[in-house]
Amino acid sequence: MNILLKNLTIVTKDSVTEGQDILITDGIIAKIGINLTDSADTVLDCTGKTAFPSFFDMHTHMRDPGFTYKEDIETGTKAAMHGGFWGVAAMPNTNPVTDNVPVVEYIINKANKFGYAKVFPVAAITKGLEGKELTEMMELKAHGAVAVSDDGKPVSDSNTMRQALRYADMAGMPVVCHSEDLSLVNGGVMNEGATADRLGLRGITRAAEEAAIAREIILAKSYGVPVHITHISTKGSVELIRNAKKEGVKVTCDTCPHYFSLTDEACEGYDTHAKMNPPLREAFDVAAIIEGLQDGTIDAIATDHAPHHFDEKKVEFDHALNGIIGLETSFAVGCTYLYKTGKITLSKLAELMADTPCNILNIEPAEMKEGKVANITVCDLNETWMPTPENTVSKSKNSPYYGKELTGKVKVVITDGILKLH
Amino acid sequence: MKFEKDLLGIKNLDADQIHYILKKAEGMKKIIFSDCKKATNLAGKSVMTLFYENSTRTRTSFELAAKYLGAIASNMAVSSSSVKKGETLIDTTRTINVMGTDCFVIRHENAGAPHLVAQNVDATVINAGDGMNEHPTQALLDFFTMYEKMGTVEGKKVAIIGDIYHSRVARSDTYGLLKLGAEVVMAGPRTLLPSDLESLGVKMYTDVDKAIKDADVVMPLRLQLERQKNCFFPSGYEYSKYFGVNEERMKLAKEGAIIMHPGPVNRGLELQSALYAPDKSAIDEQVTNGVAVRMAVLDTFVNRG
Repeated sequence: MNILLKNLTIVTKDSVTEGQDILITDGIIAKIGINLTDSADTVLDCTGKTAFPSFFDMHTHMRDPGFTYKEDIETGTKAAMHGGFWGVAAMPNTNPVTDNVPVVEYIINKANKFGYAKVFPVAAITKGLEGKELTEMMELKAHGAVAVSDDGKPVSDSNTMRQALRYADMAGMPVVCHSEDLSLVNGGVMNEGATADRLGLRGITRAAEEAAIAREIILAKSYGVPVHITHISTKGSVELIRNAKKEGVKVTCDTCPHYFSLTDEACEGYDTHAKMNPPLREAFDVAAIIEGLQDGTIDAIATDHAPHHFDEKKVEFDHALNGIIGLETSFAVGCTYLYKTGKITLSKLAELMADTPCNILNIEPAEMKEGKVANITVCDLNETWMPTPENTVSKSKNSPYYGKELTGKVKVVITDGILKLH
Repeated sequence: MKFEKDLLGIKNLDADQIHYILKKAEGMKKIIFSDCKKATNLAGKSVMTLFYENSTRTRTSFELAAKYLGAIASNMAVSSSSVKKGETLIDTTRTINVMGTDCFVIRHENAGAPHLVAQNVDATVINAGDGMNEHPTQALLDFFTMYEKMGTVEGKKVAIIGDIYHSRVARSDTYGLLKLGAEVVMAGPRTLLPSDLESLGVKMYTDVDKAIKDADVVMPLRLQLERQKNCFFPSGYEYSKYFGVNEERMKLAKEGAIIMHPGPVNRGLELQSALYAPDKSAIDEQVTNGVAVRMAVLDTFVNRG
């Protein structure tokens, strides 16, 4: 079984090479070169298109088990595939919580059954996400969990976090921190500032995120252990992490497409599709997030794909659940707001979406090299399109990008050597 | 004059529309003091007040306004209703809408709740206060009272004092007063000031004297004592001493300056008790004007123009 992709621009984190053909034989990248003449079962003319090593999302909510009316592993991995991802890390705020081996195994097995994309379970830091007792991290790792996180909630007790970081380091489990000081949130529902004042909504101070990140950094520094901060959104967070990295603290972080493309003004009209946690910030934060991506302070782009049923969004803003879907728009938002604006190169985008997310979780990333399993995403960098509820594959339709024109579309996806989408 | 289907906020009105409503309220006020308080502007129309937050004066004011204009005014008791059974706001209002309601008057603890209802029912929606967002009819009655007392608001200095952060009245007043050409200043403890109303052109002080200096209107806002528990201020004693409006402070204001208050008043807290009297403040007149303004609002929006 051979696949031949013709006349591509190949992007990796180190290079951009035009006019290349890729031959895939039995799922393995057999040859990369100019004008390959090998015969193949499937030949795709990819003139004008660009191939990336397939993307990896280190922050997805699959909602399975427990909340399958929002998303399940079948629809979620299908959405991932349409977004050009070969794999995702699934957050543990499921029901039951992913804090035990049977749930970890359930997730892995169910994803393998459909084969749209691989799912790597992230287990909880604390049992039941209650912030009190540690989960069996060594056992969870042995059965396939790739990291720990209490995402959706912070580990508020500082001593619990201190011990979690030390134990997880021993267990070889990256700790993915949802950093938030809940006492500073104090009932807020959107970013504190002029827009919140105008809408009469309670604001969330940036300090709620930054004070918590400062704590994680100090703990990581005190014990010389690594920590990963997920979904950073403020200028102050970028500065804290930039300085910590300079000091040699083993801190990494990610941000989400919405934090470099949208501001809190998207909440106007009480639009609950712009409600998420952390909240959308202001233009100067967006600029700082982009600088953080440029200078390497921010290591990865993650989607924080958070499906919610429309009944959970079509309510008073205060009562709407936090979060938006993101798997299917992540590349296009990156292409539109980072690459097309000249803020970052294609290689940098490949690094942020394909390489570093895997490296942080100790997963082998997709690689565009002869002899490697073919995990390839081919995109049209010039195609403009508009996300709509109708063209959304995810079970939930909560996207702030509906009706917005994006440039860059995933056209062909080869996962584990199999042509999944074209 | 053209109006939208709903009155959701002063933000959505321009100066001409505000003047149109105030002008109409002048005529309505005459009905309140006439022998037969029964006009026919809303004869046969069904007006439903739906208050998700406790209120006596605003609800009574709307109810009387509707009745003085001949409407069928009903009141849905929210605490005993389907809300307790977990029905959503949209479903509750859709249900009442299909019973033939022409107009909803809604008060809700969440900002944007009337907007959500307005998008989902055919009936007119009048915002009677939503969270910290707006209270448009209170602002209109404030403007009406100011015009009545001063003839104009253009160039006048209005000082709003106290818990601005939680106040929908302060926000609605500010949006309207700026459109009408007044100067708005605010003062209160820093913990009770919003982060960014200054971008609208409002001066904010923590020194109440600076705000009251040469003011034409001084408006202390109601302070909720429970906010003490959330660290917004330390005590009623300290608040009344440093942020309360009293006779001594009023000497800094312009000669004949008007004291207004959206009510209900905490006597001796945000306002010295002696100042809550018909000859010292315009608070009673505000209440009467409230009925007149709400009659004008109901007539304008329910009859669409």
